[in-house]
Amino acid sequence: MNEFLQQIVNGIAWGSIYALIALGYTMVYGVLRLINFAHGDVYMIGAMVAYYAARALLAPETSSAAAFFALLALSMVSCGALGFLIERLAYRPLRRAPKLTALITAIGVSLLLENGGQLVFGPDPKFFPQLLETHELFPGSGIVVTNVQLLVLAVSLTLMVGLQILVFRTRVGTALRAVSYSAEAASLMGIDVDRVISLTFVLGSMLAGAAGVLVGLSNPKIEPLMGIMPGLKAFVAAVVGGIGNIPGAMAGGILMGLSEVLVVGYVSSTYRDAIAFVILIVVLLVRPSGLFGASLQEKV
Amino acid sequence: MARRLALLVAALLVAASLGACKSNPTDEIVIGEFASLTGGTATFGRSSDAGVQLAVNEINAAGGLLGKKVRVVVEDDQSKPEEARTSVLKLLKQDEVVAVLGEVASSRSLAAAPECQRAGVPMISPASTNPKVTAVGEYIFRVCFIDPFQGSTMARFAAETLHAKSAAILRDVKNDYSVGLADFFRDEFTRHGGKILTDVSYSEGDIDFKAQLTAIRGVRPDVVFVPGYYTEVGLIARQARELGITVPLLGGDGWDSPRTVEIGGAAANGCYFSNHYAADDPNPVVQSFIQKFRQKYSEIPDAMAVLGYDATQVLADAIRRAGATDGRRLRDAIATTKDFPGVSGKITIDDERNARKSIVVLKIDDGKVKFFSKVEP
Amino acid sequence: MKQLASAAFGVAALAALGWLLDRYLNAYYLNVLVRIGINIILAVSLNLINGFTGLFSIGHAGFMAIGAYTSAAVSVYGGPGLHTALDPITGRAGADLVLLTVALAAGSALAALAGVLVGVPTLRLKSDYLAIGTLGFGEIIRVLILNLDVVGGARGFTGIPALAGFSWVYLFVVGTIVTVHRMVRSARGLAFLAVREDDLAADVMGIDSTRFKVTAFLVGSFFAGIAGGLFAHFDAYLHTNSFTFMRSIEIIVMVVLGGMGSISGSVASAALLTLLPELLRGVGEYRMVIYSLTLIVLMLTRPQGVLGDRELDLRPLVSRLRRRRRQEAV
Repeated sequence: MNEFLQQIVNGIAWGSIYALIALGYTMVYGVLRLINFAHGDVYMIGAMVAYYAARALLAPETSSAAAFFALLALSMVSCGALGFLIERLAYRPLRRAPKLTALITAIGVSLLLENGGQLVFGPDPKFFPQLLETHELFPGSGIVVTNVQLLVLAVSLTLMVGLQILVFRTRVGTALRAVSYSAEAASLMGIDVDRVISLTFVLGSMLAGAAGVLVGLSNPKIEPLMGIMPGLKAFVAAVVGGIGNIPGAMAGGILMGLSEVLVVGYVSSTYRDAIAFVILIVVLLVRPSGLFGASLQEKV
Repeated sequence: MARRLALLVAALLVAASLGACKSNPTDEIVIGEFASLTGGTATFGRSSDAGVQLAVNEINAAGGLLGKKVRVVVEDDQSKPEEARTSVLKLLKQDEVVAVLGEVASSRSLAAAPECQRAGVPMISPASTNPKVTAVGEYIFRVCFIDPFQGSTMARFAAETLHAKSAAILRDVKNDYSVGLADFFRDEFTRHGGKILTDVSYSEGDIDFKAQLTAIRGVRPDVVFVPGYYTEVGLIARQARELGITVPLLGGDGWDSPRTVEIGGAAANGCYFSNHYAADDPNPVVQSFIQKFRQKYSEIPDAMAVLGYDATQVLADAIRRAGATDGRRLRDAIATTKDFPGVSGKITIDDERNARKSIVVLKIDDGKVKFFSKVEP
Repeated sequence: MKQLASAAFGVAALAALGWLLDRYLNAYYLNVLVRIGINIILAVSLNLINGFTGLFSIGHAGFMAIGAYTSAAVSVYGGPGLHTALDPITGRAGADLVLLTVALAAGSALAALAGVLVGVPTLRLKSDYLAIGTLGFGEIIRVLILNLDVVGGARGFTGIPALAGFSWVYLFVVGTIVTVHRMVRSARGLAFLAVREDDLAADVMGIDSTRFKVTAFLVGSFFAGIAGGLFAHFDAYLHTNSFTFMRSIEIIVMVVLGGMGSISGSVASAALLTLLPELLRGVGEYRMVIYSLTLIVLMLTRPQGVLGDRELDLRPLVSRLRRRRRQEAV
């Protein structure tokens, strides 16, 4: 029983990382109907920015909440800027182009970040500074939960709630939703579609950056290709939860984390990477709109 | 127009043929190296290349070989087996190298070795451990252990020195080095009466191992064998300790890198791994190498760098002894390498063209890697 | 009858050329030529699916892997038996011929079957979902193969007889080009383009879009399987690292660069993109960065690729040359 509960904890903790990345994916897809392949790589950049900033600005072995939040903010801002640039230079010119063109461009941007990252940062794995001391929350209970794991979950939930409020309770959010329903109609209503889309990218990339820093903290090994698999799996999570749906992305992420961990723990560890894709295919075939997505008339 | 076209075609042909017949100046010895400088395993390729370059610089600084300068042509195989073969073909046919160094990954060595064998050009692999590599032919050598030796040595260490009665295995399923070591560990450990309680896996590149480690925790083994690469081992150790697994983790030479202790931190203490050499070995060959490496690259060398360096030095030694660079004589010289003082130990090439070296078992204590014991072949 | 005679002549010429090249051409050049051939087969077969039918599949490497591993398994495990049975009758070379044919047939058949299995359920998905779905299939196939010890698993598959060379590969290059050309550049072939442009409208016009999509997947993956089998029997070694989704993306780049809807475009870009890395070995470090930038710039400036929907037409060039020569003669 102990082991089972531990695996549940593992799954939720791991899933909250997917959730954080999935939030950004789902936002961008909801508004632009584009799978931003580069999203996973923005996550990597977030981790790298925090790593290099910590090395440059902090004394080694610094461990303080202030330092952590400062670096988190720095990463989020940098990734937001990166997201803005990517949208502006690579995606905006293709707004009217066929879907596939934009998709191929997204793949190109992703490859550029990955390979450029290998060139600039070096392909070797780096040790992310331990900005917060890790300690167990319930020692002696037999179930290991660390403060960092709880932090990751808390940040994911907070950001999800924040995002929901933004999207459903603010004017900006209304504009965002309008653009996601129909960009043309929204622009006819006087909404600056370009600005809304830029904002979406900035927000989504900021979330990816935050995820990068949090992952660096909880699993302190980072390298330029670290975003490929988590990026893909987070996209699957977003689809599972219902693409375009914010709580759905959260739920999808947790679900993905749980299923991965439970299958690895109880069935077989050899097929870990394949599990995510099997789930994806099953969902796409059985319920393509995802758990929380609205059933669309149009075929998905 | 037709004349212009003809001129263009003629120019292209001339250019192509010029590019084709590239005869090496006779005051140079050209050796080839193929490594994964880009792609998924770039970190290993770059390490071994660093070792090779250091060795070549040293050799040239000391006057070269047979009175000639040594030039190494490096080709990137992008971490892909078919590219390994193409790269080696280019080295053999275009650059007309006298010997080939490479590769770290057994899969890429296996893809390229048949070409070296066919061309009668000796190939020395720094770190491929799959027994099949040298079985390709008499021109293929290696300067590292093969899987059976390391795997069974650690199994014996666990059973006899650590008195472990049960073990769990956590192998990297994507990596044949890891798979090979795990299999041989398993065989030898059970032969000593030990029980393998569980055999789980992860994939190169994973960063979360809690699921597998929780399962391992559940069966309570005496030791956990983690024959993976340093890229994952640090995290595995950390997460194992977080979950409350206190027993020692054991590993192979894939652990050898400053990153293991850096990423593993205090969690790596109390763990053992087998390696070719110990960094705290007062042997001047070891110490001067570490010093020179740190001077050139500002980093502590890892196992790939050490083996890259040794492979080059073994080759150089063979060239000196053969007094020639033609395939047959060079091959014979390499084959008769005996007690060569490499950084990674005294290297003797055996009848199967594998290196016979002693294994050292290292212990991580207090954040430092320390020599623990030595095992003769 | 005349077609058969010219086909037979063509095959004989190809075999002779292959034999000559094998004996006299530098093995490195031969290696590059063969790899160009394999990439042409992959690019043209993918173009059928992606370019002509508009189905964005990123799983082509998976079909190639199935073809490669299946045919390799047939050769390695069935080879000895076949040789003992046939050597006395046909001699070693003859038995090798039969072995390779059987192996390729098995590989491509299984790949085609996989193509149908993947195609049918994913057809109704929208383009982006189809892309991710096929990517998923490719990865699942790769992970499955990685864990099959009988074909080597993580150690790779050794011992595959090196039966495929220039002749075999270019025989199939011609075969692939002719087949796809016949399929799409015909009156019936226009249906593929109709499905690509708007499958709903095509359905309304009476074109069974599902059938054409499945056909595209079937034929496309069939040839991917052939390419895989040839790859296996040329390199004589297989490892799943050769079949990652990066490989799928590399083939997509070839198709996109050449023009999604141009067979000659795919041929030219496959040749170029195989040759270029060899010529640019000096800047190998930057290869992937250059690739990705090229992709982005191409999509931003000329998304239809170099040739778009058209084929490479040398006739205007030839007639201009003729006219010039006539002018000069005067």
